[in-house]
Amino acid sequence: MSSSLNSQHSLVTCFHCGQDVPKGVQFTANIKGTEQPMCCPGCKAVAETIVSSGLEHYYKYRQGDSMFTPDLSGTELPSTVQDELKLYDNASIQQNFVVSLEDDIKEATLVIEGITCAACVWLLEHHLVKQAGIEQASVNLTNHRARIRWHDSEITLSSIMAAIYHIGYQGHPYHPDKEEQLLELEKKRSFRRLGIAGLGMMQVMMMSIALYAGALQGIEEKFEIFIRWTSLFITTPILLYSARPFFTAALRDIKAHHLSMDVPVSIAIGGAYLASAWATYTQSGEVYFDSVTMFTFFLLIGRYLEMQARHRTGRAGNALLNLIPASAIKLVDGQEILIPASDLNTGDIVLVKPGHTLPADGIIVAGYSSVDESALTGEYLPINKTINDHVVGGTINVESPLQLKITEVGAATKLSAIVRLLDRAQEEKPAVAKTADKVASYFVAAVLLTAIVVSLIWWQIDPKNAFWITLSVLVVTCPCALSLATPTALTAATGTLRQHGLLITRGHVLESLATATHIVFDKTGTLTEGNLSLKSTHLCSNIDAQTALEIAAALEAHSEHPIAKAFRKYQRQAADSLNVELGQGLEGNVDNTVYRIGKPEFASALCQQQLAYSDAPDHNGQWLLLCNAQTPLAWFCLNDQIRKGTQQTLAILKRLGLNVQMLTGDNSAAVQEVAAELNMDQVIANTSPEEKLAYIQKLQSKGAKVVMIGDGINDIPVLAGAQTSIAMGSATDLAKTNADAVLISSDIERLADAILLSRKTQFVIRQNLSWALLYNLIALPLAAMGFIAPYMAAIGMSVSSLIVVGNALRLTKLVRRNPVK
Amino acid sequence: MEILFVLIPIAIVLLGFAIWAFFWSVNTGQFDDLESPAHSILFDDDDDLIPDDAKQGKAHSSRD
Repeated sequence: MSSSLNSQHSLVTCFHCGQDVPKGVQFTANIKGTEQPMCCPGCKAVAETIVSSGLEHYYKYRQGDSMFTPDLSGTELPSTVQDELKLYDNASIQQNFVVSLEDDIKEATLVIEGITCAACVWLLEHHLVKQAGIEQASVNLTNHRARIRWHDSEITLSSIMAAIYHIGYQGHPYHPDKEEQLLELEKKRSFRRLGIAGLGMMQVMMMSIALYAGALQGIEEKFEIFIRWTSLFITTPILLYSARPFFTAALRDIKAHHLSMDVPVSIAIGGAYLASAWATYTQSGEVYFDSVTMFTFFLLIGRYLEMQARHRTGRAGNALLNLIPASAIKLVDGQEILIPASDLNTGDIVLVKPGHTLPADGIIVAGYSSVDESALTGEYLPINKTINDHVVGGTINVESPLQLKITEVGAATKLSAIVRLLDRAQEEKPAVAKTADKVASYFVAAVLLTAIVVSLIWWQIDPKNAFWITLSVLVVTCPCALSLATPTALTAATGTLRQHGLLITRGHVLESLATATHIVFDKTGTLTEGNLSLKSTHLCSNIDAQTALEIAAALEAHSEHPIAKAFRKYQRQAADSLNVELGQGLEGNVDNTVYRIGKPEFASALCQQQLAYSDAPDHNGQWLLLCNAQTPLAWFCLNDQIRKGTQQTLAILKRLGLNVQMLTGDNSAAVQEVAAELNMDQVIANTSPEEKLAYIQKLQSKGAKVVMIGDGINDIPVLAGAQTSIAMGSATDLAKTNADAVLISSDIERLADAILLSRKTQFVIRQNLSWALLYNLIALPLAAMGFIAPYMAAIGMSVSSLIVVGNALRLTKLVRRNPVK
Repeated sequence: MEILFVLIPIAIVLLGFAIWAFFWSVNTGQFDDLESPAHSILFDDDDDLIPDDAKQGKAHSSRD
């Protein structure tokens, strides 16, 4: 009598947020004369606000659905939200992020949560400007920041944030830390460098055409001299301003006794410039201003693109923002006072209501509840906590109110400790040696030696020409092809992977992926979806599955527990006279019948039976029992689903010769189950963030090259410590900023593609380097013997560069992976 | 061809102006958001400016 239910949810989706409308729910909103279905009062209220401010065009232009549904049940904000927003009117809080421009006008930058497309930006800007007192509002789609300027006498900051909340977004104050301010400055500076190099290059190129034409058909000397001087005039700022990062990096590397790619680049740019300047001054020889500017510009483009990819994932300054709440309820003599969380001190007693985030570490002094620690440990099931238990700031109280005595605030909290562990892990991270740099250091040494030898020999033969021949040796061997060999291949492969959902943010990833020996996965949220879903229903009386599920959903209707979410889509009504037995289950009244759902022992007590887990149909997953007063009705099996395609991907990874491991903080039976299903090489369970890092470091000390894939805060130190780290797209911001790559599509199959493509990339890079070296080996003796005219060198350089670029373009397609039978 | 002695300096002055404009635009954040302006120009919010009798497709103005 068992039947398993496929997804039987209704086909009606909410017009506003796109989620399925639960059965029996009848919310609609009038949009442009049509009644559209809504899934909840929150969406209805948002849609009505949008329509009533005349901004219904939003629905026409948006792409994708809204991400966030506010807790709204009418035009009024819930009092908790209102109280929290009121805090932002506090002058001491405002001083961190609000600037007073004139006596009355203030300006602030907010980070807006929930922006998905350009229509969101349009909606926010128009809605905000319509509020009386707001002078200007501009929203940035790229970094989700809103700059708002308002008259303080007409509108308060809290009402501005309420207005944002009303249309379905959330605003948080943006106060960047030092590091992020520096990043911002760095970004603008490198864009200015690129612009100067680009503008200057065009001018110098124009002049060079005149000089090339002059060399072919004759040019009056006074013009040649004049054009050379103007080229020198334009190139100087490019060299001093745009090319500066190359020189500083080269100096730093030389001081560290290490020849990197920046050294030959600096020698080529600096040498060619000085020689050309000398030629201009003495009116002799050749000038290479065009090569100097073009080379600078192209290399800067590559670096700028790489930097942009790195910044794209990073909103580091606000990464902790989502974890620690802005406010806390402090209990003083039995009075509840709302204060900013940053003002808490050790010894304070705070009240944490169900559904709220704990503001700091502490000990429970009153109450009994379960706490969702998924952000820290990755464990999705809440953990029961009672008096004298330690709890950690940033975790969520699920069931009933708790009173905490604060034991640690600020830098002493566990969350901050994890962040510090991260810093340490990054310092100790084993360096990935880049092939290009290795080749470069030999190459540079060889070129410099040859140049010295050539100049010495020519000094004996013909002292007048010795300088020019030495220079042509340096220019011909100008590491154009060599320095393009690696970046072009990496750019092509990075672009291909980005199109397929893997964003690479650090330069070494493609190289370290190709050489990886071990690939280590976190479990919850990485190999699995990270939330519970209903796997099967097993009936044990004459009730149909649909009814059983609806009763279960009614009982779970008001629960915040992750188990309840698995039933949400079957919900038609809510149970009354509900009774929550913590850690056991729920009892409630549906259609005048008493039911219990929860642990078998608890539920079966209602019908005077004694059932336990051993009575469940099988022993995989988590079983819940539903009973009425007479008999057990149904078993429900809940499980964290393994991501689609994981099995196949792991099989391919193994065939590629990688050792596949699982490293998890979880300690439940589910660990072995997942490991068995996925056929892992090794499983390490029940580890703390410190132990995870130590495990990886132990592997590395044995010579393993580790790729770590994870998603939670608890994975961050180990992500930082692995040679290559990949965060899931759904990971916390902090994890994403610290990972070397982000699997945006959360499609785990891409990992196999990435490994395959990275290996092909290494192959192409090697081909390119060999070609560049071959070209140099042929050209160098010719130049050393004085046979190479500048224009020949130029043609040779372009052709070899084109070959290198063409070869790299082969990486714009993914490598086909053969399915494993 | 002596005109070159005038024209090239003029080109350099223009280049200086272009660089000044470029610096100004970077520093005032003109390049900060390169995505949304391209879209927002397409959102017609000028419904109230169009005379009623000139409006097209009023009958099916709801979301398609």
